[in-house]
Amino acid sequence: MALIIEAKGLTKRFGKTQALDGLDLTAESGQVVALLGPNGAGKTTFIRTVATLLRPDSGQLRVDGHDVRREAPAVRRSIGLAGQFAAIEPAMTGRENLELVARLFGQKRKDAKANASSVLDSLGLADAGDRLVRTYSGGMRRRLDLGASLVGAPKLLLLDEPTTGLDPRSRIGLWDAIRELVKQGTDVLLTTQYLDEADNLASHIVIIDHGRVVAAGTPAELKRRIGGKVIEVHVRHDDDVAQVARVLQGFDHRDIRIDDATRQVSVSVDSAGPVLMNALRAVEDAGVDVEDVALRQPKLDEVFLTLTGRPDAEAELDAVAS
Amino acid sequence: MAVVTAPIPSTTSIGTSTLQIARRAILRYMRTPQMIVLGTIQGAMFLLIFRYVFGGAIQIEGGISYVDFLVPGFITTGVLFSGMSAATVVAEDLEQGFVDRLRSLPVPRVSFLTGRALADTVWNAWGLIVTAAIGFAVGFRIHGSVAEALAALGLCVVFGFAFEWLFILLGLIAGTPQAAQGMALLVFPFTFISSAYVPVASMPGWLQGFASHQPITYMVNAVRALTQGPAAEALIGHSTGYLVTGALLWSLGLVVVFAPLAALRYRRS
Repeated sequence: MALIIEAKGLTKRFGKTQALDGLDLTAESGQVVALLGPNGAGKTTFIRTVATLLRPDSGQLRVDGHDVRREAPAVRRSIGLAGQFAAIEPAMTGRENLELVARLFGQKRKDAKANASSVLDSLGLADAGDRLVRTYSGGMRRRLDLGASLVGAPKLLLLDEPTTGLDPRSRIGLWDAIRELVKQGTDVLLTTQYLDEADNLASHIVIIDHGRVVAAGTPAELKRRIGGKVIEVHVRHDDDVAQVARVLQGFDHRDIRIDDATRQVSVSVDSAGPVLMNALRAVEDAGVDVEDVALRQPKLDEVFLTLTGRPDAEAELDAVAS
Repeated sequence: MAVVTAPIPSTTSIGTSTLQIARRAILRYMRTPQMIVLGTIQGAMFLLIFRYVFGGAIQIEGGISYVDFLVPGFITTGVLFSGMSAATVVAEDLEQGFVDRLRSLPVPRVSFLTGRALADTVWNAWGLIVTAAIGFAVGFRIHGSVAEALAALGLCVVFGFAFEWLFILLGLIAGTPQAAQGMALLVFPFTFISSAYVPVASMPGWLQGFASHQPITYMVNAVRALTQGPAAEALIGHSTGYLVTGALLWSLGLVVVFAPLAALRYRRS
């Protein structure tokens, strides 16, 4: 398999902040790679480095076989970038925006027109194509921005938090559009703060924090490591928190989290079905007054907690028990 | 597997990218009618106030009427006022991601600046024509040849182009569009401490030194001499050729200083 991205020991510093701190990452052609991490983890810095907007301080980075420092123009021919802001012109129509980018890509007027039309069609914007972008909804703007990054037929699509700030429906619409592109053979590197987004779109997830890779693998592999689901039990009385924690510890996959203030206890479990039933039965047997029970995806901070092993769940439990 | 490196493809030509970027900028102006209407009304209001409110109190020597004195100053400084928007727009392009998109495309870096400068020059030329028309409507007349009057308009386009680089630079360093607008407004006092609206001779001595040698005064005087002929030359005390040369030298100086600074700043942003 050809490597579309090869990063070795990449560093980048802004003043006192070490945004990238020896980041290693390889992505094969044919993959959708999600870069998952909290704010300030270095996701955007990395994607901007891949897009040749930033020069790394040290380390190596090749995109589609081209060195980002020495062969930046070649890299720019291989990539399409869509950012956190929809970088499209509100005073132009959707079609004009796409034609502009296509022309800047060096396409002849005729080709630019044809490509703009086919991108509008494929993103479901054909009807809105001749309206000024200032009349578009937020979701349509993002889709058009995605289209602008596609009109040059890039090998690698770079999406920096493509759905941040979108309502759930537009978000799913954009996911569908991205999936459709992947089917047509475009490689994608996207950054996200949302676990479900990475899970939904990516074939390979790279979790980064403080400019380094914390964990990487397929969604299934990572789930095995972090526990697939979280059971959350919310009790009515303060006194019951410790008892529920003790009962649920038997079902604990890796760690247990106790929040006294909201009277919640949550545990990560591998597979939800039978474990959930058993856990609920055990809680009921203990005679605890339960207010609410939930089964949910782990949140990003819980994933980090599990992967980096801090803070210590045992110590927390002891503190509650004593 | 060995990575095969394709030969580096050429970047899109500077001509195409400049034209495309300029086209976007002009469409943006044209399709924001509030800007056009508001800009025109502001300009007209300003001109009317000077012409009819202050005008009566300002005496010009040498038999030139105040409206003939004022309108050349007004047209010339109008180029600066319409040019100021460049700073805001550049800051917006930086903030809203257009510059990022551009820099991820295989276009020459400098085409953002050349496209911008081209669009604003066209925009300035349009503004000049509108201002001149309003000037004629309130009684301004040329007292030289038509060719000289056209040369005066051409000079104003050159001045606009020269100041454009200063405004681009301000837009690049401002950080936010609001800050860019604020910084661009700093040229305001410079237009007043010049021969644009009142004769420099009426200012206190300590101000005259600056007022009579700064670029805007040279530019205004050149336009005044081209449109008003010998009477203006006599008033200013220099020949038309001298004034035009001085104005062009100042324009060249502005471009030589600010265009490289803008290009340098754009590279680093």
